[in-house]
Amino acid sequence: MLFEKKQNELTTMLIFSAIVLSMPIWLDPIGANYPDLLQKFAIFGIFAIGYNILFGLTGYLSFGHAIFIGVGSYTAVWSFKLLTMNVIPALALSVLLSGVVAVMVGYVSLRRSGIYFSILTLAFAQMFYNLAYSVLTPITNGETGLQLTTKDPRVIDRMFEAAGDGLPSTELFGISMSGYSGFYFCAVMLIVAFFLSLKVFNSPFGLKLKAIKSNQHRMKYTGYNTRPYLLSAFVISGMFAGLAGGLMAVTDPLAGAERMQWTASGEVVLMTILGGVGTLYGPLLGVAIIKYLENIFSSINEAVLYTLFDFLPVWLQDSMVVIVMPFVGEGWHLTLGLIFMTVVIFLPGGIIEGFQKMKDRFSKTNEQEKLKQGGE
Amino acid sequence: MDAVLIQLLNGLDKGAAYALIALGLTLVFGTLGVVNFAHGALFMLGAFCAVTFQKILTLSVKVVDPSITFFVAYKEQPYLEIWFGELGLSIIDYAVPLSIFMAIPVMLMIGLAMERGLIRHFYKRTHAEQILVTFGLAIVIQEIVRHFFGANPIPTPAPDIVSSSAQIGTWLGLSENLVYPWWRLIYLVFSGVVIASVFAFLQLTTFGMIVRAGMFDRQMVAFLGINVQRKFTIVFGIAAVVAGLAGVMYVPVLPPDYHMGMDFLVLSFVVVVVGGMGSLGGAVAAGFLLGILQSFASMTVISELFKGIDQIIIYLVAVIILLTRPRGLMGRKGVMED
Repeated sequence: MLFEKKQNELTTMLIFSAIVLSMPIWLDPIGANYPDLLQKFAIFGIFAIGYNILFGLTGYLSFGHAIFIGVGSYTAVWSFKLLTMNVIPALALSVLLSGVVAVMVGYVSLRRSGIYFSILTLAFAQMFYNLAYSVLTPITNGETGLQLTTKDPRVIDRMFEAAGDGLPSTELFGISMSGYSGFYFCAVMLIVAFFLSLKVFNSPFGLKLKAIKSNQHRMKYTGYNTRPYLLSAFVISGMFAGLAGGLMAVTDPLAGAERMQWTASGEVVLMTILGGVGTLYGPLLGVAIIKYLENIFSSINEAVLYTLFDFLPVWLQDSMVVIVMPFVGEGWHLTLGLIFMTVVIFLPGGIIEGFQKMKDRFSKTNEQEKLKQGGE
Repeated sequence: MDAVLIQLLNGLDKGAAYALIALGLTLVFGTLGVVNFAHGALFMLGAFCAVTFQKILTLSVKVVDPSITFFVAYKEQPYLEIWFGELGLSIIDYAVPLSIFMAIPVMLMIGLAMERGLIRHFYKRTHAEQILVTFGLAIVIQEIVRHFFGANPIPTPAPDIVSSSAQIGTWLGLSENLVYPWWRLIYLVFSGVVIASVFAFLQLTTFGMIVRAGMFDRQMVAFLGINVQRKFTIVFGIAAVVAGLAGVMYVPVLPPDYHMGMDFLVLSFVVVVVGGMGSLGGAVAAGFLLGILQSFASMTVISELFKGIDQIIIYLVAVIILLTRPRGLMGRKGVMED
């Protein structure tokens, strides 16, 4: 039994790794094979996987996860500025520091549940965002955002070699972290993150989190103190977010406070819900769909639309362009909001649930037919 | 002394906006039990009612400008000026206060449509799902507004006659330097009137009595043969009107842009929580209280002592209140408890 489960996990991981690593190949035909977009898939994938551990398993809706993205980004950039351009210490520090912040935020917020928890996290998100713009400007560099400069000390790098001209780029022991190599690095991180999430889902710990979601009171009556479990889930998901934030800085070494706005946390909620909250693959599916659509929709402009509706008669072409125009380009967020509302209203379990329902329906009709035949 | 008084006034008018939005939010919580993240969008729609009204009034036609004689120059002349002359111009001047009359029916319709069209399907769902769907709705409304009005704030001035400052210091026999913008004073009085009329409506009319009874024990009221749902739908409409009015009158204070709703939403949620979920008096009191606290925290004396306190004071207070007094300042037992 246990062995079988191990084997299952191994095959899942192998298939998953193969899919992620071969993304540049199979995404090529649908025009999504840019390093920039692929990196986004992987980074937001990590963010959503982590968020799912909290919201999907325990049902605690947090609007504060942008804090950890921000903390991760700032830490990574500071590590690039002060220590070295190598990404390993930067990421380690981002994960560590966002974990520490998550312990503090989580310890306070998790004293309440339900809507109060959401509002507490919202309050913390706003607090950090406002602080990043005001008092913390020596650390965050305010509205300009934190950037690398040629005057940075980079102590560890200086020990081995002298400073070159121009800005150095982030690297992993000599391999530059831009373009495809950056994507492969993020992809490996994504695979590690997915593995951890798989482990959490299949562990007794994950089961306890699910029990908290389904009935916290009963859980308490059976003698469990739920708060340590909730706090661990919160901190784990915060660390995932910190890793994602660090990777954002790795692929593009600057950090700005707008990453910490609470609506940025709203975005990850959106992706998680769209794919299927509480499922293993759902959040990744949501990330892929939203980032892909964002890439396509926001690049469409009037000229593209005219060529798209070229086959129609002129008057119809004009009116189609007028109708579709508000939903593309700048109006991408409108489409996003509409998609999101539709999913919450009609398919609260996300796309994964939709698949499940369709599968059930087909298998049910098959069974009914079989029953009928048997009856005759 | 002067500085304290001016900060108090500043706080009061900021608090007035918070109180109005939080009042509507609490009404919806208390009656329908729905967490409405789109309430900030209603505030923003109210503000854009004023903008639209002003745009309609200033519909213009190109006419020859007689003051320039070197060449034929054109200038924009509003129809109202052509039709009514001086009277037309003064109507345009009073666009913001007059737009109240447009905002009330419009906001009522929007509120009713929102409740009937979307919110009512979410009574039986979890709070998380209510938050999510209204959050989605807020994004959609916000983006629609951006599509029509653009992303930049639209300055919409108050009538000329009140564009100056009131000599409060002189009235009270204090320093002459103590002045305060007329419009903010008007906003303060206006919000007082709106809040008072909502309370009077709930306390003095039969309809209000039924609503209060319904907030207390919905099932019992329904057993008495009253269609509670219909009353509550109307309450949602009223909440939308209150948010809208808060937005309309706030326009001269803060030029409206499409995301002002989201900015105020977080604050007003915090206000509701501090005041106590489901407590109308608590929402109003907390609104003014937090407004005043925020403005005192931005005084130089205090912000030099604790750096950045003005940015986070409201949230800090909210966190402390939520942890020490879980029901907020005036929360009732059993409303939205875990």
